[in-house]
Amino acid sequence: MKCQECEKPATFHITELTGPELAELHLCAECAQRYLAPSGEEKESSPSLAGMLAQQLNIGQTAEELARLDQRSCPVCGITFYEFRQAGRLGCPHDYICFEEELEPLIANIHGKTKHEGKRPKRGVQDSAKQTEIIKLRQAMKDAVEQESYELASEIRDKIRAIEKEGKA
Amino acid sequence: MKFDDLATRSGEWLRGSGPESDIVISSRIRLARNLADYPFIRKCSEQDRAAIETTLRDRVLGLKELSELFYVDVSDLESVDRQFLVERQLISREHAESFGARGVAIDSEEQFSLMINEEDHLRIQVMHSGLDLESAWKQIDHVDDMIEGEVTYAFHQKKGYLTACPTNVGTGMRVSVMLHLPALVITRQIDKVFRSLHKISLAVRGLYGEGSQAMGDFYQISNQITLGSSETELIQQIREVVPSLIEYERKARAFLINESQNELHDRVSRAYGILCTAQTISSEETMHLLSSVRMGVNLGLIPDLEIPTINKLFIHTQPAHLQKLRGSALDTADRNVERAHYLQSHLKRSDFDDKASNN
Repeated sequence: MKCQECEKPATFHITELTGPELAELHLCAECAQRYLAPSGEEKESSPSLAGMLAQQLNIGQTAEELARLDQRSCPVCGITFYEFRQAGRLGCPHDYICFEEELEPLIANIHGKTKHEGKRPKRGVQDSAKQTEIIKLRQAMKDAVEQESYELASEIRDKIRAIEKEGKA
Repeated sequence: MKFDDLATRSGEWLRGSGPESDIVISSRIRLARNLADYPFIRKCSEQDRAAIETTLRDRVLGLKELSELFYVDVSDLESVDRQFLVERQLISREHAESFGARGVAIDSEEQFSLMINEEDHLRIQVMHSGLDLESAWKQIDHVDDMIEGEVTYAFHQKKGYLTACPTNVGTGMRVSVMLHLPALVITRQIDKVFRSLHKISLAVRGLYGEGSQAMGDFYQISNQITLGSSETELIQQIREVVPSLIEYERKARAFLINESQNELHDRVSRAYGILCTAQTISSEETMHLLSSVRMGVNLGLIPDLEIPTINKLFIHTQPAHLQKLRGSALDTADRNVERAHYLQSHLKRSDFDDKASNN
């Protein structure tokens, strides 16, 4: 069989699953490589997730509402909803709480269900507020170091250690 | 164990044994986990990444049962070595191509690997030869429990294990079974099979994960849904669909034998002939031909060849493996020559030699 793009023998037989219809392609090594090379856009995000989100947000939201939503950010990691929408990746565990309202329909859309039924950590779930506090403090410590406020940085470090100690006790 | 020793061995999932191993190459389960007290990778500072890597490495290798793991600092590796780990399925392509502090811990059987700082802080992966999901789950559940005893995972009462991407939240589990389905490809039934799998929310991927299908008629079937069902239910769903896929493939093979045995025999023999005699050959063509040969061996059309040998050739002829085995960097043209030599020396049959010496 010849490659459908050029005259060389086709050694790649590809079934494309991402489009609305399944398509069969017969390509030589070179054309296949060109075809399979991920485009920049795909690398940056998972397209199905971004698509699903866009679709979901278009329903029942005005442009202003959407713009306001995009600017909302997580108090712990600082990720904006816009950034999440673009990248398809969240910034920290707290995002599941602070963007809960927006994520809930998305999660229902992906999984069909919204409640975890699988295994749970055996030693019980710890207070997540403490864990997110540590994330915030570490960021504050980094900022303090960058501004050369070493005294403040060391105070923050002691706070982090104290919380970590509590967690282990 | 030294890094370069990995190249000459062949790893658990290529062993070519286990239930249904003529069609099922391997069973794999991975769990995505994150530490509760760090941001997800996207929002990590360099220091965060380094701290996560150190914490996880120390805690995991500090466990008595896991202390023998071979730890590789991926950020420190040459690109050919990273590619090598990808070809071996010990790390993902994303993990190889990302940046910053990251690593992988591998057990000596290559049955499991722990990727640190991939898309999530920790990805635990267990891989068994053949159709063997139950024991793979037992093993990974145990490893997960041990690590959970040492670190605090990001977990939410209602949402389960929290992951960087909402597509993995809940169990954080991906169950995949890798199948070799050449007869369904030849008989053009593979699309139909894919469509029915999509309908029940199962994903189909090629040999090396995301993207389009190709590469030697290998297909990975995996769950897309991770939330709302227990781990055993998710495993069960895959476990239930695999026997029908095996049956379809067997039927397609029987059909080819009945309807056009000569044609099929010719096809696999030609494939074998090219692999034994080519002087230069690309990776793609090799995969394509090895796929025919593998089916030919399973159907008894090619004598004196073992499935584990062919499984090994699929991987050992990949670009990074060839270079590791040769011990030097090779450009594409040199690799194609080296690959042809490698194939010849591993597929050479005594009767070929006899004929050559009689002439």
